[in-house]
Amino acid sequence: MNLFKLTWKNLWSRPLATLLSLILIMLGVGLITFVLQVKRDFEGHMGKNIKGIDMVVGAKGSPLQLILSAVFHIDAPTGNIKLIEAEKLKKNRLVKYAIPLSYGDSYNGYRIVGTDTAFSKLYNARLKTGVLRKETFEVNLGAGVATDLNLKIGDEFSGSHGLVAGGATHDDQNYRVTGIFEASNTVLDQLILTNLESVWDAHNHGAQEAHEDIENDPDHQLADLEITALLVKFRSPMGVIQLPRWVNTQTNMQAAVPSYELKRLTNLMGFGIDTINGVAVIIMIVAGISVFISLLNSLKERQPELALMRSYGASRKQLAATVLLEGLLTSLLGFAGGIALSKTGFFVTVSFFPQSLSLPSSALSLSLSDAYLLLVVVTISFLSALIPVIKSLNINISKTLATS
Amino acid sequence: MIQTTGLSYAYDAQAEFRFPDIHLADAENLVILGESGIGKTTLLHLLAGLLVAKTGKVLINNTDITQLGARELDHFRGNNMGFVFQKPYFVKSLSLIDNLLLLQYLAGRKSDQTKIKQVLDRLGIKDKERKKTYQLSQGEQQRASIAMAIINDPKIILADEPTSSLDDKNCLNVTTLLKSQASATGANLVVITHDQRLKTQFENQLQL
Repeated sequence: MNLFKLTWKNLWSRPLATLLSLILIMLGVGLITFVLQVKRDFEGHMGKNIKGIDMVVGAKGSPLQLILSAVFHIDAPTGNIKLIEAEKLKKNRLVKYAIPLSYGDSYNGYRIVGTDTAFSKLYNARLKTGVLRKETFEVNLGAGVATDLNLKIGDEFSGSHGLVAGGATHDDQNYRVTGIFEASNTVLDQLILTNLESVWDAHNHGAQEAHEDIENDPDHQLADLEITALLVKFRSPMGVIQLPRWVNTQTNMQAAVPSYELKRLTNLMGFGIDTINGVAVIIMIVAGISVFISLLNSLKERQPELALMRSYGASRKQLAATVLLEGLLTSLLGFAGGIALSKTGFFVTVSFFPQSLSLPSSALSLSLSDAYLLLVVVTISFLSALIPVIKSLNINISKTLATS
Repeated sequence: MIQTTGLSYAYDAQAEFRFPDIHLADAENLVILGESGIGKTTLLHLLAGLLVAKTGKVLINNTDITQLGARELDHFRGNNMGFVFQKPYFVKSLSLIDNLLLLQYLAGRKSDQTKIKQVLDRLGIKDKERKKTYQLSQGEQQRASIAMAIINDPKIILADEPTSSLDDKNCLNVTTLLKSQASATGANLVVITHDQRLKTQFENQLQL
């Protein structure tokens, strides 16, 4: 027998009051960690995906839509731009590299992106099996696509028109898998990569000839080729000052800066996050009050017991310790429960997310903010225990034993 | 051994109690009789060190407990005194055996289940050790509280109105039990009561 065991038994001798406090702390802690986790993972995920992309150029429209479609591959593209104009931009001395993207088809809801090999380097993606695509209609699969659709090297499939599942299929042209990337925890995992030519060919049935004609009559045919977007990396910070403005004013294309658009997006989300956090803080305060009332009631009920313990040798400090321990145990249990709740909630939520968002499952690890939260919870439990502890120190044993 | 000299206590200026000196040799018993409000419980709490005397000394086995510091006094009480109250007190959330283990812990002793079982056996409630104390019958609770009082082999057992709510038969049972347990552990038994039935059962009497 020791004070810890005694406190534990005391805690569960009043299960309802204890449970109420526990549930409140769990809810508060769970809500806060859940929101922080989602925010952190969202920002981390977004940040990882915009690495190496300083500017996105595409057709005129909403800049956020351009970013969402060309960087995160979740929204519809704003339209197409002329390859020739994009090539012109590529030659600008402020541009370090520029990666063209071209959309058109999808397979079972996964987008088939026409691009060059620089695109996968952007995400440091290595091939797990197979080789990089060379010929038209050869494709490389993101890890998530390969797993989900159970595709292997050499498998063939026909793409369907449009970016959502269920479009008309191009039965005449089959894509063939030549390589599968390792998982990179980026959007790449959810994409099917092919050459630009594949996209052009799939959508222009005279393309095979047209493609050959480019060499013969580049000025004429090249002028007709289109891409959806261009991902640009600048050579120096000067680029971000000059190029977006130049594109937006001097060409009929649109330039959007991912980091700026993302900041706008998180600011929009920020209001929702603040609201949820506000609710969580209120719950935590109510939890603190609940612990306080519970401790006070328990103390009142147990006063004769405490007097009994005092007469059998317990010191004032020991009694105060049992009260403090009771508050501390409740909040620590609540904290652990809350963390468990938020982690479970997080995994359930992630499983409902559209796959293209591919949130990383780093959620199992505890972060610094969890430690801060623990500190807050412990502080709350100390504050709620303060008055009960002082009361326990001042119990008049003689009077208690004589009157009750 | 208990010896008090010149004990007095004052709740306030009007209510001051002066108590006659008590002298008990080892293993001697005493019943202190008196009407309500005459300061019986006050005297008992002075003997236990639960109240601080205004004047006088309380020597228990040659230790003057009025000179002990707070922590020493707690420790002394835990190791040398047993209590029987009018209404049995237990820690509600604990089973009977856990209550006794708690008292061993509070006295700073090693937990000794064998001893607890012996004591419970002696009192005829060994089969109740896993029960919560509120699940025991009144008679069992009375015995359990005696087990609490003697578990740490006290030098002195202080009983406050142990029989006032009992009928004649149970009154006799409890006093017999208390006396036998006190003599088994070699302790002084001091009973305070207004219950005149106890007069015939103790050789040493003190009328307040």
